[in-house]
Amino acid sequence: MNPLASGVPFPRAAKVALGDPQLRTNLRRATHTIRDRRAHAVGELPDWEALRTTAAAIKDDVLRRLPELLERFEERATAAGATVHWARDAAEACEIVSRIVRGTGETSAVKVKSMATQEIGLNEALERDGIAAFETDLAELIVQLAHDTPSHILVPAIHYNRAEIRDIFVREMPADADLTDDPAALAEAARSHLRRRFLSAKVGISGANFAIADTGTLVVVESEGNGRMCLTLPDTLVSVVGIEKILPTFADLEVFMQVLPRSSTGERMNPYTSTWTGVTPGDGPSDVHVVLLDNGRSTTLADEVGRQTLRCIRCSACLNVCPVYERAGGHAYGSVYPGPIGAILSPQLTGIGENASLPFASTLCGACYDVCPVKINIPEVLVHLRDQAPHSPAERAAMSVAAWLMRSPKRFAAAERLAQLGTGPLAAALGRRTVSRLPWPGSKWTDARDAPLPAAESFRDWWKHRDQTAGPQGHTHPVEETP
Amino acid sequence: MSAREEILTRLRAAVTHIPPVEVPRDYRRGGDASVDLLIDRLVDYRARVRRSTRAEVGAAVAACLADASAVVVPGELPALWMSGYGGVVLREPLDVEQLDGAAAVVTGCRVAIAATGTIILDGGAGQGRRALTLVPDHHVCVVDAAQIVAGLPEAVALLDPRRPQTWISGPSATSDIELQRVEGVHGPRRLDVIIVD
Ligand code: SF4
Repeated sequence: MNPLASGVPFPRAAKVALGDPQLRTNLRRATHTIRDRRAHAVGELPDWEALRTTAAAIKDDVLRRLPELLERFEERATAAGATVHWARDAAEACEIVSRIVRGTGETSAVKVKSMATQEIGLNEALERDGIAAFETDLAELIVQLAHDTPSHILVPAIHYNRAEIRDIFVREMPADADLTDDPAALAEAARSHLRRRFLSAKVGISGANFAIADTGTLVVVESEGNGRMCLTLPDTLVSVVGIEKILPTFADLEVFMQVLPRSSTGERMNPYTSTWTGVTPGDGPSDVHVVLLDNGRSTTLADEVGRQTLRCIRCSACLNVCPVYERAGGHAYGSVYPGPIGAILSPQLTGIGENASLPFASTLCGACYDVCPVKINIPEVLVHLRDQAPHSPAERAAMSVAAWLMRSPKRFAAAERLAQLGTGPLAAALGRRTVSRLPWPGSKWTDARDAPLPAAESFRDWWKHRDQTAGPQGHTHPVEETP
Repeated sequence: MSAREEILTRLRAAVTHIPPVEVPRDYRRGGDASVDLLIDRLVDYRARVRRSTRAEVGAAVAACLADASAVVVPGELPALWMSGYGGVVLREPLDVEQLDGAAAVVTGCRVAIAATGTIILDGGAGQGRRALTLVPDHHVCVVDAAQIVAGLPEAVALLDPRRPQTWISGPSATSDIELQRVEGVHGPRRLDVIIVD
């Protein structure tokens, strides 16, 4: 399965998710907890808007200078002892990583949570080559043990509550049958499960949050210490890094390390950040690789409206505030990138044809834009992508009839009257003023929502007659109360 | 064409129409670099904090290590710091099993950030390689008050990117279960910070 496109259209997948009340409760609780924490952490900084503006501008500057900055990164990282690889697409990136791991003679690797490696389906590719990749982030571990897929960028197991996680642990790992669902006990169980594996690991696999062009440095931001384990203890380290992760200078971290933790977990700072530049003799892995990944990014960069998507630092703030994500959950998006960012990133990485329904998985309410630390105008990109999505012949026909009617006030008024004439008897028969199922092609609309019947009196008629019916304050009555 | 050449060629074509970008830098610099603010932030992460005079650091370290039978110590740690501790002191070279067997590790740091409660280690004198502060379950970190800076810009200016760094903000933690923070996963579950002035 393509990690960026399940092939199931969003409305169909969302309908299944909406039928699961436990899922909705879990998501609601988790997204509201994190939303409040983020608002508090961000509210503490009087210069928040200035930081956002700078962060967005740094990323725009990076995008404009991407070829030269990547070359500089390669040069500096290589000079510091790293080996830099380039991958056009997912298959090429997986092949490079697999070749490096096989070259060590090892058959397993420990992994730090990384969106880039999920995007390329690395674990599955390694498994086909006889290499077991062990996820070590608590949420990734839960998802891997449950034989499930992630549903959130930051908290892949957000769709499970503590009781469900406890059951997965008891079922899938040699955990105590007395294990409680206390989060501290669950974290402890994960610690003992992974401890030996960390201490004996020979190969680590990671992504990176930032890659510094000027110095060849990689940066990984995390909480649990599993990242430090994977980045520090093995002999060989392979990091898969999207080409848009570049920052020009190390000093730019002073901006991004202020906006990222506050936007993602709502903390002033995440517990651990690791930085490394190539190989440091006597400290950490002696065999260090970086795989620079394109996989649709250069195409995205060429699109004038869409390219702002590449500013994304994967903080997940937009998921946590999205009313659609909160109800449908991450799986409905059919991509490892769910939520508002997924709705614009996935179709651009795959090409709109494979993800045509995703740009419609939004109400365009704009909450995502308000919280985005790099000011990606997600609604703008959504509308832009909707334009490019293939439209059905029925929809195109309906739209051109509507356009023809609306071009002439006379034709429009006539159509309105016609609709009103039909409405009266229909409303009487239904006993309400909405229809939940229209015949095709109207069914395309009513599959996901009720359609209102036309009002008994049009706004334009009401406006024309309002003088005769105005009350003492100029207040008029004929607007119907809708129940 | 190699992957490298193909990607760079595509990117060069894509960027030709992007106009130059001005990067404004209007965010805050400087601010409160006080011991009190750093303590407030550390306590918020559930790190344990002590204050000490320079002369009494040995006693403060020993108090943190009351239940530790064997302690890892990096090279160039001031001898005074361990002067009050009576247990086994382990020094490099140490393998990972020996690190795992140690109860605690004592280090200094490069810089501490008051605004975020972050302590940064860069492998310099008295800090050791990264594994030393990772594998033992208890980290005791001595911060000189003179090492405290107000915020990120001040800290980043002091750091050398070529050195491997660990930025530490409280003990290991996770927010993966119902997005509530729980302290103590794979990294040290106890962080003691001794602020010396
Ligand atoms: S689009 Fe913005 S808010 Fe959403 S994950 Fe990316 S950076 Fe965060």
